[in-house]
Amino acid sequence: MNDMNMEKKGEAQAAAQPQAAQPKAAPAAAPAAARPAAAAPAQPAKNQIEPECVAPEALRERMETLKNKEGYDFLENLTGFDWEADGLGVVYQLASTADPSRRVNLKTLTTDRENPYLPSVADLWDIANIYEREVYDFFGIRFTGHPDMRRIFMREDWVGYPMRKDDETEKNNPLRMTPEPLSDFTETYTLQSDGTVTKSQRRLFEEDEYVVNIGPQHPSTHGVLHFRVSLEGEKIKKIDPVLGYIHRGVEKISEKMTYPQTLALTDRLDYLGAMQNRHALCMCIEQAMGVEVSDRVKVIRTIMDELQRIDSHILFFSCLCQDLGATTAFLYGFRDREQILDIFEETCGGRLILNYNTIGGVMADIHPNFQKRVKAFIPYMRKNIKEYHDIFTGNVIFQNRAKGVGVLTKEQCISFGCTGGTGRAAGWHNDVRKLRPYAAYDRVQFNEVVRSEGDSFARYMIRLDEILESLNIIEQLIDNIPEGNFQEKMKPIIKVPEGLYYSAVEGSRGEFGVLLESKGDKSPYRLHYRSTGLPLVAVMDTACRDNMIADLITIGGTVDYVVPDIDR
Amino acid sequence: MAINKRPKIKSIPYEEFKDNETFERLVAELNAKGTNVIVRKLDELIDWGRSNSLWPLTFATSCCGIEFMAVCAARYDIARFGFEVTRNSPRQADVILVSGTITTKMAPVLRRLYDQMADPKYVVAVGGCAVSGGPFTKSYHVVNGVDNIIPVDVYVPGCPPRPESFLYGMMQLQRKVKVENFFGTTNRKEKDPYRDTMAEKAEEIYNEEEQA
Repeated sequence: MNDMNMEKKGEAQAAAQPQAAQPKAAPAAAPAAARPAAAAPAQPAKNQIEPECVAPEALRERMETLKNKEGYDFLENLTGFDWEADGLGVVYQLASTADPSRRVNLKTLTTDRENPYLPSVADLWDIANIYEREVYDFFGIRFTGHPDMRRIFMREDWVGYPMRKDDETEKNNPLRMTPEPLSDFTETYTLQSDGTVTKSQRRLFEEDEYVVNIGPQHPSTHGVLHFRVSLEGEKIKKIDPVLGYIHRGVEKISEKMTYPQTLALTDRLDYLGAMQNRHALCMCIEQAMGVEVSDRVKVIRTIMDELQRIDSHILFFSCLCQDLGATTAFLYGFRDREQILDIFEETCGGRLILNYNTIGGVMADIHPNFQKRVKAFIPYMRKNIKEYHDIFTGNVIFQNRAKGVGVLTKEQCISFGCTGGTGRAAGWHNDVRKLRPYAAYDRVQFNEVVRSEGDSFARYMIRLDEILESLNIIEQLIDNIPEGNFQEKMKPIIKVPEGLYYSAVEGSRGEFGVLLESKGDKSPYRLHYRSTGLPLVAVMDTACRDNMIADLITIGGTVDYVVPDIDR
Repeated sequence: MAINKRPKIKSIPYEEFKDNETFERLVAELNAKGTNVIVRKLDELIDWGRSNSLWPLTFATSCCGIEFMAVCAARYDIARFGFEVTRNSPRQADVILVSGTITTKMAPVLRRLYDQMADPKYVVAVGGCAVSGGPFTKSYHVVNGVDNIIPVDVYVPGCPPRPESFLYGMMQLQRKVKVENFFGTTNRKEKDPYRDTMAEKAEEIYNEEEQA
């Protein structure tokens, strides 16, 4: 307590300067034709990536070599870009799970804006199927060889491609109140040997298939998610997720905002990982600008991230219990969650949407009561975890519904890019905190909780065990918050030097990444978030096949997706 | 007999409510034609019951939904006011709490949910997104305020609103319910302007032909 009071004096001056200037930054400016080069740091930024350009014709061959011979089995990110005059393109970020230090970035592009075609990699990595549909939806790039080239977020009667820089989205798309058309057919584009592209149609669901719609308004889909489930008796044959009911166009509106303004939207993506999301974006911008935050900020951010993780996992527990009919457990979970929200509220002022991190630090110093309350919370929570196990884990109904149900193998998780607890339940070591330590994670001792079963029960246990690990991390740091500024002094208008940057943090449910392309302006040229939830929804088809329809709820609950994060 | 201008909400004095002007205007409107003594007494009894058992539909699209869950849980305990019976089917619900952003893809779905609810029904717009589009006003895929799609009774601002504001908004709705003329008005709502009159006419013609 004493050192904190001493520090207050020095910080009062530091606090006054940077905050005042940021919100006043001028509103969106159209990207100018000639851009003045921003003051580039002497060395390339820590998180800068320089993708190697591959011609579309050579892409397939290169990708097959990387996947099959060189062991790049994890497609971390596949992002569409509109480089205006340079063409439309895609950036691929690959990593090797055997040796996490090996990462490779590729890009490919086409200059044809009318009929852009690129080769698909959907047969190499399962997750590319969904990612390429997203790119098609946003940019209109058709992938040849993709088995299911449909829109994914927008309605099927949507006109134009919203993320293109020259698209007149609002003009072409008035509010349509007619029921949404959902086609039973999907298209495949095939590249012939003479260079032409042919289109073929395929049925998604046969005429005599029994298809049940779950969602978009359903209490157990955890938001507005729509599954078209094909059934054989009570067994699930196939799931076709229909997304976009909460697609808010975050990536597009960020392009017209200044950097400090874009921060506000991150909290609202995955609201149960508000701290971590914002941490990722702040870290990305800071590293790109070459700003080093103080040790104090690093430690505060780490503690806050872990508190947020506990908060999210408690909510996971509560909702899963609620879905399975255990209302008491829901109330127990929320009782404990309120304790964390109180801690957040004192320091950040918000309960759910916290708006705490900022470029160069955090918005305000921690509250004088912070340490005391966190220290009281740690033993309290440890005691209550035992209570959770007593009340729910041992329950025979739950055990029967979770053990051996919805099994995902390690290979499937990697191919679908299911990071976080879902991947770790299948034995995949994917914790970004361990692989590429950021903030203060390099100075704490903690275990990466990994199991091997890959079923619903393992996914459930992982999260409860992670609460204990997070408590360990907090316990190590809470007494050792170093002195220093809680915010670096930043320029009133923040400009990121030209380049492509990627930073990732371990979110509450997996790797949350930020891919930022800057042209040296005060707004991002393209800002892409690696959604933690999109792979988790993509894997639902694989996880649920041949399981009972009632288990869809358990599997969906334990996979733990948050829908606004999927749709962005 | 006139409608009581100051319906009682336990523990909160009338003056402490905000926007009493709108409320008084509403009461004056209802009082314009006067009310029957016996019917009004019955109205009061029924409205008392209705206002203390408003069943919300579990409808949440984003962040505000989590706060709604917090309101339902032990600390804020929505059951104190009779709102705890959350219904999963719109046909059993009295009030829809639109908590979260409504996108253009979701708009027809919300409209259908609203149409499926039985009269008398109420709408509370919870959070900045439902009120006006919130931080996503400039987005190409967001409806700027649910009042573009369905009529809203109470607006609860905030991003997300604190649980206290949730409860306050629900109490405002209770006040509104408490002054309504139930018999002859609320229980016999105006014809739905969205009803498919063409289909009904076709049906009438068909019935007449049948009889002939």
